[in-house]
Amino acid sequence: MAAPTAPTALDRGPAPVRKPSAARGRRRRPRLAAWIFAGPAAALFALFFAYPLGASLLQSFTSEDAGTTRWVGLDQYQRMFDDPAFLESLFNTGVILAVQVPVMIGLGLALAVLLNQSWLRFRGTWRAVYFLPAVTTLVAYAVVFQVLLKTDGGLVNQILGAIGVGPVDWLNSPTWARVSLIVSLTWRWTGYNAVILLAGLQAIGKEQYEAASIDGAGTLTTYTRVILPQLRPVVLFCVITSTIGTLQLFDENYVLTRGGPDDATLTPVVYLYKVGFQQLDFGYAAAIAWVVVALIAAISALQYLAFGRERRR
Amino acid sequence: MTPLSPAPARVHPARRAGRCLVRLLLALGAVVSLVPFLWMAIAATHSTPELFRSPPPFLPGGRLLDNLVRLQDTIGFGRVLLNSVGIAVVHTALSSLISAMCGYGLAKYRFRGRGLLLGAVLTTMMIPFQVLLVPLFQMMASVGWIDSYQAVILPFLANSFGILLMRQGFVDFPDELLESARVDGSGELRTFYQVVLPCVRPQLGALVIFTFMTQWNSFIWPLLMLNTEDKYTVPVALNTLTGLSRVDYSGLMLGSLLATLPLMALFLLFQRQFVAGLLGGAVKG
Repeated sequence: MAAPTAPTALDRGPAPVRKPSAARGRRRRPRLAAWIFAGPAAALFALFFAYPLGASLLQSFTSEDAGTTRWVGLDQYQRMFDDPAFLESLFNTGVILAVQVPVMIGLGLALAVLLNQSWLRFRGTWRAVYFLPAVTTLVAYAVVFQVLLKTDGGLVNQILGAIGVGPVDWLNSPTWARVSLIVSLTWRWTGYNAVILLAGLQAIGKEQYEAASIDGAGTLTTYTRVILPQLRPVVLFCVITSTIGTLQLFDENYVLTRGGPDDATLTPVVYLYKVGFQQLDFGYAAAIAWVVVALIAAISALQYLAFGRERRR
Repeated sequence: MTPLSPAPARVHPARRAGRCLVRLLLALGAVVSLVPFLWMAIAATHSTPELFRSPPPFLPGGRLLDNLVRLQDTIGFGRVLLNSVGIAVVHTALSSLISAMCGYGLAKYRFRGRGLLLGAVLTTMMIPFQVLLVPLFQMMASVGWIDSYQAVILPFLANSFGILLMRQGFVDFPDELLESARVDGSGELRTFYQVVLPCVRPQLGALVIFTFMTQWNSFIWPLLMLNTEDKYTVPVALNTLTGLSRVDYSGLMLGSLLATLPLMALFLLFQRQFVAGLLGGAVKG
């Protein structure tokens, strides 16, 4: 990275807590001052994180009938097993995980390798162009895709029509709605992942390429045998953040398709929103939320097992 | 530039072809990346029927002003834009300050509860905030804050990502400098604002831009909190337009363009800080 900013600061490893000078400095500074600095954030966390988190856990064991709240134990969690809409939302998440995440990471990786060519000029400009979709206002992006994908007269169908295909009912048929969601997610996040992967590539020294070239390796061999294995932690990071993002997916499909048609693009979080705020079934909504938490915790555990040792956080 | 670059003849023909292919692929990707933006800009200057006629418009039309007037009439776009700017600015200023202070406290002080606070910061990063939606909504309802700006701004002021980013910036700050400031009679707060904060400007810049973007784009929480039209933020107001049976697509495209332009400008101006901020913690060097 050209800028001496965040990544470099993070590279310096663990806080120098154990250095004697640092410890002495810390002890001598007054405690009250520490709370002036950390206090506001601590109060906000207690009020708007710890308290609602506990409340939501309790709520997931309750049910509300005609204004009275009653303890129902694990009933709300059991309900999910027989709830076709919830199962559908899990299935959709699985499809996105199986199709969209690999496609996006693959494209992002290819893009990062192309952008990393030393002879390429205006690399900053290229990077900006590819990153731009990730900074777009969410609703704007969903609206643009709605208009582009409109069945009668949308730009995509007009182009397909010109080459004698279609029209495709992008947002109103269950299969094509899934395709639309996957395509629009890929459009939005590929550049973002490419930039992260590019930063990883740039951390790999030039001498690695030179050494491989001296040993007689071609470009393809250099990448598959030397460069990509070293990039593995960064690739895994992208896979896992994308996975967590997919498990939490809300805005994109809420604005693009509202989860429809026929729940084909419903995700657990959109379903949670519908259950909680449209059907006012708060106990069930809380239970769904905690299942999403459990899934994400499982993924985080995976992350730790996969490359926990190589990271220092 | 040209005298310094190697003469084209020196490059092996096969390699030259390879470079052309790379440029071609990159250009193709760039087109895919940019076309939705370009089309958004073109569509904002046409009427809705013009958008869907065959062939579609490829050049700007003359309806920009019409669309703007209609957008103002239907969703009060000026007011909505002002709300978004106000909320994002207040949120960003407060949140950045709170994050920076907390990061500093965690990096440079030992105090009871420090481990607990750090634990809370790390946990919030792993818990999807949707878990909090229902109880936070009920909290806001019980104090009568539904449909108020503070309900949008307050709950997400303490930002884990920002605290960790700032903490990393402060950890390496030399303790000797802090000691000497204290010996010179500077109070703890004054040391922070006048000595320490100016030294972490890059991290602070990244944090400010990133926080502003997140708040500007924030959708679900303002959607839940705000329910009178003159308090809507841009994303919430635009979303009301998509729910109608006869959708005003050209108005939507103009609104989307106007919602996206400030962020695009901010991103292009501060690209370096921005990417560094997003990469914070992402890449092991």
